[in-house]
Amino acid sequence: MSHVKTDEALLQVRGLKKHFGHLEVLRGIDIDIHKGEVVAVIGPSGSGKSTFIRCLNRLEEPTAGEVIFEGQQINTKKADIDKIRQKIGMVFQNFNLFSNMTIMQNITAAPINVKKIPKDQAEERALNLLDRVGLKDKAAEYPVRLSGGQRQRVAIARALAMDPDILLFDEPTSALDPEMVGEVLNVMKELAEDGMTMVVVTHEMGFAREVSDRVIFIDQGVIQEENEPKEFFAHPKNPRLKDFLNKVL
Amino acid sequence: MDLFSAGRMASLFSQYAGHFLSGARMALILSLITVILSTILGTIFALGKMSHIKPLKWLISIYIEIFRSTPLMVQVMVIYFGAAAFGIKINVPFMKDFNSFFWGLLVLVLNSSAYVAEIVRSGIGAVDSGQIEAARSLGMSHGLTLKMVILPQALRNILPALMNEFVSIIKETSIVSLVGISELMFCAKDVVSISYRTLEPYVIAAIIYFIMVFPLSKLVAYIERRLNASVTR
Repeated sequence: MSHVKTDEALLQVRGLKKHFGHLEVLRGIDIDIHKGEVVAVIGPSGSGKSTFIRCLNRLEEPTAGEVIFEGQQINTKKADIDKIRQKIGMVFQNFNLFSNMTIMQNITAAPINVKKIPKDQAEERALNLLDRVGLKDKAAEYPVRLSGGQRQRVAIARALAMDPDILLFDEPTSALDPEMVGEVLNVMKELAEDGMTMVVVTHEMGFAREVSDRVIFIDQGVIQEENEPKEFFAHPKNPRLKDFLNKVL
Repeated sequence: MDLFSAGRMASLFSQYAGHFLSGARMALILSLITVILSTILGTIFALGKMSHIKPLKWLISIYIEIFRSTPLMVQVMVIYFGAAAFGIKINVPFMKDFNSFFWGLLVLVLNSSAYVAEIVRSGIGAVDSGQIEAARSLGMSHGLTLKMVILPQALRNILPALMNEFVSIIKETSIVSLVGISELMFCAKDVVSISYRTLEPYVIAAIIYFIMVFPLSKLVAYIERRLNASVTR
């Protein structure tokens, strides 16, 4: 599938390294992510793919290298990371909805308190977003009352409420019961079709194959292979990727 | 000779009701002041222990461990007689026995603050790091995250334990009768020496303690259930 794609690199990663003590999790990652592009990141567990995506909004501090978002390097002392993060949405494996807030408050907390959008406007927009993910009737509930799939859809709506230019997904369906994976993937697919730039760490090979524009395979802290999905899955070249695909497909 | 008579207990109580109740009032006043001051001090100590200033962390840790690892009764004795030995007396005009009250209260507050500091520290530590990451990834500053996510959730963890601390302080105030504060236990002893009856005045004291503590501990359990009902994941 091909989305509205331009040549403008929204996010540039140069020589990205991340060490935890002596453990070298990322050993030099280079990639450009273009506006409107959907990039699926796959790899065995412990390969560094989650660390990679967490470096993109500096939830992990890179040890070396550059992460450049919209022309501005984000991993420097000078960068106003709170400001930059407003434009980089993130969806987590464990949803991480604020347990002390209702669904409505979850979605409007950042727009109201960070972006200073008037409450009524923020709430109107939140209802639209909830409608979009099919959960308009849950606005007054607390997260504890929702299923995993519903929570993850709210988490996506919460990220969208900040009008991000890119959305990062860190294994968004890995904590879900199998019957709830579809509802979350459908929302993500619609976002992709609307032209949202997305980086998705996933184990869902079907999603990578059908929705993404490009698949990258990370193993041992480096990108071992990247390609458009058809070729990637039909003719993998890297022996580690072949081995990995044999195991998961 | 009969050891115990319910009838005598009733008549003792009606005779010295004012004395017992003023003792109970003193116990509640001590507990209330202690819980308020120890909540404030305990929170400050907890934040100090979580700070990056190493000497401060060590100092607070030493204080907490000493007060949690020695009996309250010993602390009361050491500090009260320690102050007396150094000739430190705190007197306030028109307030009888303020010196005893001051040192007794001080020890209660220092003891309780050590426990509260640990309650607060673990309450903040128990907030899921994913909640903090979610807030930061939305562009919330550290301060805003603290205000909107960490503290409200920490409070939910802390509140039941804090109220339990209050419940146990009411019982522990009995120990400061040792230094002459006229709280409930002290008043019961008074009645013993006036009436030459040993058992009944202490049973009356026990009943009054129970009446103060039992409903409160049930209330704490109820509030705890309510808090949990809204958040269990």
